[in-house]
Amino acid sequence: MFEAIAFYTFSAITIVMFWITVTSKNALYAMSALAAGMIMISGFFFLLDADFLGVVQIIVYTGAVMALYAFGMMFFDTTRDVKERVRAPKLVFLLSGMTALVLVIALVAPILGDHIEALYPMKEGIENPQAVGVVLFTKYLVPFEVAAVMLLVAMIAGIVLAGKKMDESLTLKVEDEFTQKGAQ
Amino acid sequence: MTTTGFIIATIIKILVVLGLFSALAGFGTYLERKVLAFMQRRLGPMHVGPYGVLQVLADGIKLFTKEDIIPQNAVKPIFMIAPIIGAATAFIALAAVPILPEFEIFGVKVHPIIADINVGVLFVLGVMASGLFAPLLAGMASSNKWGLLGAARTAIQLLSYEVVTGLSILAPLMLVGSLSLIDINNYQSGGFTDWIVWSQPVAFVLFLIAGFAETNRTPFDLLEHEAEIVSGYATEYSGMRWGMFFIGEYANMITLGFLASLIFLGGFNDWGFIPGGLAIVLKVSFLFFFFLWTRAAWPHVRPDQLMWLCWKVLMPIAVLNVVVTGIVLMM
Repeated sequence: MFEAIAFYTFSAITIVMFWITVTSKNALYAMSALAAGMIMISGFFFLLDADFLGVVQIIVYTGAVMALYAFGMMFFDTTRDVKERVRAPKLVFLLSGMTALVLVIALVAPILGDHIEALYPMKEGIENPQAVGVVLFTKYLVPFEVAAVMLLVAMIAGIVLAGKKMDESLTLKVEDEFTQKGAQ
Repeated sequence: MTTTGFIIATIIKILVVLGLFSALAGFGTYLERKVLAFMQRRLGPMHVGPYGVLQVLADGIKLFTKEDIIPQNAVKPIFMIAPIIGAATAFIALAAVPILPEFEIFGVKVHPIIADINVGVLFVLGVMASGLFAPLLAGMASSNKWGLLGAARTAIQLLSYEVVTGLSILAPLMLVGSLSLIDINNYQSGGFTDWIVWSQPVAFVLFLIAGFAETNRTPFDLLEHEAEIVSGYATEYSGMRWGMFFIGEYANMITLGFLASLIFLGGFNDWGFIPGGLAIVLKVSFLFFFFLWTRAAWPHVRPDQLMWLCWKVLMPIAVLNVVVTGIVLMM
């Protein structure tokens, strides 16, 4: 009974939160609702006894959404509404609606047809983190390493693009300007 | 134990933990003032009650009866929720911390932990980290320049020091081979020489430094640096909402004390002639005192020094520590 109560509570909160994320015009509301929704999703993992994934969900999305906040802070005045100009609202609605529908059908079809089964079922006596580790470092070793390399490439590219004058200290530079202005 | 018994026991544990730790967090403010006063050769609070012990109560009455001001241009709901996030996450994190060793009361065996999940360490750290949404949202919602600067500093500080905490704690976890705080505690059951701090001294120091940054304590309390940005994210707050941030901060300090003593300092194992329950209280008290001691002894750092420390000093050392531990374990 408790599982049912918890499941429906978490689902209701998650859906409401993501609804706010999509419909709100205020960037701050949208991001806070996104963060709350992402963290509420971890509740489902805990209900399915996947403690490790639940905690990873909390940690990863805390950090990721925090980075989004940082962007929001730099680009908007987050206390004001964002003015959106949508050229063709009907087209946008149609396209996003169709995409959502296709996703739902693709995910629900195997459940309805009972064609879903665990490829790597949990064994007794193996804890959550171990089970994830075993699958990650045997079956999915190559995709895992490729993803890591891609992230490294992205990081190096980011550093090269952003850090053209990284060897000079900005604070010292400003001080130099002050002394020059003072001398004039 | 039956389901009903389990539910009643859990509810009692939750109430005890909530009551005890919010009281301790309040009392922490008194201790902080006294310790700082002692180190700066002052007397600290002396007037309310003997040695000023009732100062906490007086402060509580003041905070509760103060007007709750919400600025006109603030984003109201988020401004109001932010302090609650701060206090709530601090207490949720305590749910997976084993506070004392098992004991028997009225013939019932009690496990003093609310939820014994097998990824305890990660859960506590993750929930504590999500507590940093509180200063972030507070600063961004209050439509105040100082608040916004405080919020920006929160985002940098969290994203950077999260890395150091994770990497520093990885090496001891590799030794133990489990993420459960109870397993980590039992690993050190052989006495004083078995403490992980002797085999992982570097990780211990890194964890403490990152802990100061994550709980927003003095060498790294840039989020509300009075001398630079007035009061940072808390500039626009007053009354109990302001107080809730600080209840959260002190509760987080206590949680961090528990984590450090469980992972590195032997946890609640018997320490010589001292029974386990007393031993962990002593260790946590010492770590709490250590937080205050550092505050009295060290000046603030600048934000760029904070980033320099994180990415150029602590992170490489943490990675090296993990690699060396791995090589030693393989041999």
